[in-house]
Amino acid sequence: MAEHTFDIPIEHLLRELAPQVLGVIARRFGDFAAAEDAVQEAMIAAFTQWPQQGVPGNPRGWLMQVACRRMTDQVRSDVARRDRETAVAREAETTAPSADIESDMDPDDTLILLFMCCHPALSRSSAIALTLRAVGGLTTAEIANAFLVPEATMAQRISRAKQTIKASGLSFRLPAAQERAERLPAVLHVLYLIFNEGYASSIGAQLQRLDLVREAIRLTRNTKALLPDNAEVAGLLALMLLTDARRAARTGPDEELIPLDKQDRTLWDRAEISEGIKLLTSALSKGSVGLYQLQAAIAAVHDEADRAEDTDWPQILALYELLKRVSPSPMVTLNHAIAAAMVHGPAQGLQLLKALDTDPRLAGHYRLDAVRAHLLEKMGDHEAAVKHYRIAATQTTSIPERNYLLTQAARLAGD
Amino acid sequence: MKYILMMSGKKSDFEGYATWSKQDLQANVAFMRAFSKELKDSGVFVSTEGLGWPSEARLVRAGANGEPVTDGVFPESKEFLAGYWIIDVDSPEQAYKIAARASQAPGPGGKPANMPIEVRPVLSGHADLGI
Repeated sequence: MAEHTFDIPIEHLLRELAPQVLGVIARRFGDFAAAEDAVQEAMIAAFTQWPQQGVPGNPRGWLMQVACRRMTDQVRSDVARRDRETAVAREAETTAPSADIESDMDPDDTLILLFMCCHPALSRSSAIALTLRAVGGLTTAEIANAFLVPEATMAQRISRAKQTIKASGLSFRLPAAQERAERLPAVLHVLYLIFNEGYASSIGAQLQRLDLVREAIRLTRNTKALLPDNAEVAGLLALMLLTDARRAARTGPDEELIPLDKQDRTLWDRAEISEGIKLLTSALSKGSVGLYQLQAAIAAVHDEADRAEDTDWPQILALYELLKRVSPSPMVTLNHAIAAAMVHGPAQGLQLLKALDTDPRLAGHYRLDAVRAHLLEKMGDHEAAVKHYRIAATQTTSIPERNYLLTQAARLAGD
Repeated sequence: MKYILMMSGKKSDFEGYATWSKQDLQANVAFMRAFSKELKDSGVFVSTEGLGWPSEARLVRAGANGEPVTDGVFPESKEFLAGYWIIDVDSPEQAYKIAARASQAPGPGGKPANMPIEVRPVLSGHADLGI
């Protein structure tokens, strides 16, 4: 594709329409993989033609027609190879795409796509790529660019993901309520991973790359609209907003990382915080308590403090205690130790870290040493703190993190 | 996560390679081509490069006036990077599996050369949330 500067509205319009079109085509032709390719081609055609010829009066209908034609052409050529006289060929020839295709739309289509693309049979990176394309309506090039891999690699990753789905025999329909409840965590996890990827790479001004944070929030909003009574979806959206609210403050002028307690809170986005808290309050009022709601609640407590020293650590500690019961993980234990240290003193935090020393999931993970270093510093044991900051620096795979950890070590060692 | 898989050799290893039979050379080249294709087909390929011969390597330092001072003399024991692959995978275990595959590249007599492949994480400009 040539270089272009898109009209922002066209780009956004196409991303919203893509899953709607895909839903109809996939169901009509019973072939998700081929339908997905056809819709991609229609999107690319739209990207090329609409900026020059103007957006059509019925953009969704336009996309459906083009995608449908691609599908029938494909069916015809497949059939011609085998046998002209089949019911499929007859149906393709009598289908009038423009007349009735939009009536095939089902409001659940995007939900069906989400469940399909986040199927537990797919690897994490496959699910992320496929979700961004099929549900997010992003092009392969955009996704490849966001993850810094060649376009051909991303195309292959998506293609293989679709083959996995095809091989699993999944049909294009909404899973039954019980199955939906079981598979929703995988969907939320994929959305969370997209957000994390976007947030993690938002160091400095990354204007050229796709804003994955915006995409994650958009997809989660859409998911919430489809499942308005689900507290965990609302919790996830709240978590994203409450975290994104701090984005501008997390890096300094030299792209250095700034920890929460040192951030300039005037840079925090109050509107996002406000929306996040509203969503969270509504979600919590439903009575259930889940992983994302709890993490959002913790983020909310941080975001509500005007200054770092105003942070309600006892409340955060209580929330981590609850999180440890609801959704235990080494990361939760680590964060719980930090909270415990803030309430009961660093010695208590260090004591809690001991339990993680033998956890194989954290072996060699930089955060264990980073947190330990931080607590040792608070204890006044600078020599040990420096040692652990340096160990953490050797283990991290993040350049900004490494710089931050080495800087902490240097600061303490220099005293 | 991105990993770099590096294949290195001493000058003597390179010189040895230059004396392989036509058959052995072709088998090795074919393997490397197929290996890169495997990486591309499985959606993990980021990049690969082969580097120039050790005799073409230069060590450069800044001279007194900032001009480059080049030196082409290296100890016999020095390991030269022959080439690398950069892959994007979900776990270090996956990276090691792929590296083991690269290590099976055939050598003299067509047998797997079992070359050691150095695998290291490629650092990113990212900083995770840590939730």
